[in-house]
Amino acid sequence: MLAFTIRRVSQSLVVLLIVGLVAFSLFRFVGDPVENLLGQERTVADIERVRTQLGLDQSFPVQYLNFLKGVVTEGNFGVSYRQGRPVADIIAERAPATLELAFVSALFAIVLGIGFGVYTAINRDGWISNVIMTSSLVGVSLPTFLIGILLIYLFAVELGWLPSFGRGETVMIGGWSTGFLTTSGLKALILPAITLGLYQMTLIMRLVRSEMLEVLRSDYIKFARARGLSQKAVHYRHALKNTLVPVITITGLQLGAIIAFAIITETVFQWPGVGLLFINAIQFVDIPVMATYLMLISVLFVSINLIVDLLYYMIDPRLKADGGAAGH
Amino acid sequence: MKSRSMIVSVAAAALLATTTLATAETLNWARAGDSLTLDPHSQNEGPTHALAQQIYEPLISPDMEAKPIPSLATSWGVSADNPNVWVFKLREGVKFHDGADMTAEDVVFSFNRAKHESSDMKELLVTIKEVRADGDYTVEIETDGPNPILPNNLTNLFIMDKGWAEANDVVVPAEFDDGEETFAVRNANGTGPFVLESREPDTKTVLKRNDNYWGIGQFPMEVTQINYTPIQNAATRVAALLSGEVDLIQDVPVQDLSRVANADGLKVENAAQNRTIFFGINSADDDLTNDNVEGKNPFKDLKVRQAMSLALDRDAIKQVVMRGQSAPTGVIIPPFVNGWTEALDAYPKADVAKAQALMAEAGYGDGFEITLHCPNDRYVNDEAICQAMVGMMAKIGIDVNLVAQTKANHFPLISGKTTDFYLLGWGVPTFDSEYVFNFLVHSTTDDRGSWNGTRFSNGDVDAMIQSLGSDTNIANRDATIGKIWKVVQDEQLYLPIHNQVLNWGMKDGITFPVQPEDQPHFKFMTFGK
Repeated sequence: MLAFTIRRVSQSLVVLLIVGLVAFSLFRFVGDPVENLLGQERTVADIERVRTQLGLDQSFPVQYLNFLKGVVTEGNFGVSYRQGRPVADIIAERAPATLELAFVSALFAIVLGIGFGVYTAINRDGWISNVIMTSSLVGVSLPTFLIGILLIYLFAVELGWLPSFGRGETVMIGGWSTGFLTTSGLKALILPAITLGLYQMTLIMRLVRSEMLEVLRSDYIKFARARGLSQKAVHYRHALKNTLVPVITITGLQLGAIIAFAIITETVFQWPGVGLLFINAIQFVDIPVMATYLMLISVLFVSINLIVDLLYYMIDPRLKADGGAAGH
Repeated sequence: MKSRSMIVSVAAAALLATTTLATAETLNWARAGDSLTLDPHSQNEGPTHALAQQIYEPLISPDMEAKPIPSLATSWGVSADNPNVWVFKLREGVKFHDGADMTAEDVVFSFNRAKHESSDMKELLVTIKEVRADGDYTVEIETDGPNPILPNNLTNLFIMDKGWAEANDVVVPAEFDDGEETFAVRNANGTGPFVLESREPDTKTVLKRNDNYWGIGQFPMEVTQINYTPIQNAATRVAALLSGEVDLIQDVPVQDLSRVANADGLKVENAAQNRTIFFGINSADDDLTNDNVEGKNPFKDLKVRQAMSLALDRDAIKQVVMRGQSAPTGVIIPPFVNGWTEALDAYPKADVAKAQALMAEAGYGDGFEITLHCPNDRYVNDEAICQAMVGMMAKIGIDVNLVAQTKANHFPLISGKTTDFYLLGWGVPTFDSEYVFNFLVHSTTDDRGSWNGTRFSNGDVDAMIQSLGSDTNIANRDATIGKIWKVVQDEQLYLPIHNQVLNWGMKDGITFPVQPEDQPHFKFMTFGK
């Protein structure tokens, strides 16, 4: 177990370093930050001075090493070109917005996904099931920004029930700004959470449905029915439990995706999270922010994968050296 | 918590959306971008100055027509003893938001701060040799030589309190390699009509009316609170206005204008913007890198440039690409700039046959290939303009490859002189032709011509441009400006397209004209009741 963990952690570190290197090699294709930093009256001498100050005159491996040096020796991720503030501060300020949004949309996706999945599996040919299945196609086929805009026009403009942008009122608890404690904060969460979670919900629903259909056909369900157990016990105690293993795996991986791909949802709803920060950083060629964000996202994915690997190791007896054979 | 009341009013506004302004004095204002910093000398950029104008004040401030009016200075003029000295009389009794008196010492300090190497405003002040106080309420600015248009450069030059800057260690603007945030980035202490209440960059900025403002009684000052939110996504911004969550948006996208104008309780105001959009062409190099003609530069032939101008159908671009929201022009300055004339502004009607004839005369009857570089996130419908240009040039045999990309990639091509054919927009903050000549016409030197992608270089013209900086005889100076424009037009140095039109969407009850610099001054806003 220990050897396995050490091996996995060191592999993860290598992945992280490579992600950083690739990111830095791509930044010069994003554009030249100096043009954004200086006004239109800048002279050629200004451009040179700022370029040297920022170390942009150096090759990208050197820039990358300098960035790493700052991170490792001082825990310093640099100062945002765009805002003139330390990147670590900005990200710490923005992260709660993204994490709360990701949490709510994951919750929405899991609860409704499993609920609809089970329902449509049990009532295969009911008309409600058909409506759910057909409309779920919307979730997979429409792009996120379009869903967001449609929801805004329906619920903010036409009905006037929910806000079209922002986080509403937030409350600071420690260094964490939360929107969970105010009415406006909760209302502001609804539309972005649906927009962000719709795709994942559809995915989970379809997964649960097909797994469930598979399980319902298996022998032990027939035996359970033969034993005279109630429908409820058969469906929820026996069938659902056995469908959940793959669902948990997928959900874990999707949580990372929700955080990383909140970018579009955050832009549509002007949600002040790290995704919006990243989009602004790209437009401005704000290298310290882009670098830190990409590193953080890769840390996130690498750690989720690491945890999933370790969980497998614990759950799946076949991965253990002394693994015995145990059936259902 | 102060922000609670704002949220309540936003919610109330959302409910009462179509009837009236929920709270007439609180203004919810949105535009595409946020101010980058509250430090008034760190960024010379539109949205940054627009927010700073509410909190800080310059000596001379632009009004809603962008005309200079007295602000912290009450009067100014060239010294009787020395033509190189401008004398500014300061307004007495003005206090900063923290209660400190505004005196000549603060003005001197602010000018020196703005002249510091790390300031983004220093280019506007290069001619200044020394700024000195003469008593508490007189400031003398000495320039290298006579500078007739110095006051034009000062309308976004904000005055800070010396004591406050010293106490908070922000005596100079932040350097890019400082490694930390300076106090002035998120805190402000100005003399302006509004006081900073709270600021979350990219999220929300709250300003309260300054009840000790010197201009109470002179300006309407009806707005008591401003909630400023950037909303980047154009559709969301329009939705926020339609739903009543915000009262005023800048940057209404042209495709949504009729939707906003037709909505109950909303209106669109527009005005010509201080920004001209045009194509630049490399007419000076002997060979081009972005074409398929070997050993020659087809743009060097005046007939080719004239043919391109004739084939460019400015009216079609206005109708199809801009949906009527532009003013086609034949010169690269907007009408309110000194030196503009109707004759310059007149543009040729598109005439493909004549253009084809000119191409044949120039020996390019079979045309040639060229790459056009274009930004896709800087000007209104910039990429669509370039796409239209591709079709128009095809009619006279010029086969255009369009490269449209983000501004961060586009502008270095112009300053690095690696593009031969490009789209550029230019505003004239000083409202004088000299500014345009310095950047776009003068040959490229250390301190001038940095945006001259045409590579045009003419010693006589350069000399004329330099003379403008110190010519105190206004009639003579205007004549020189006219001469330079004649060269620019005769040479067809640029292909002007149009002046942009600004559109602001707002609730019916608000009276607020559009400012040509896209810079709202909320002290002028009034509400009809």
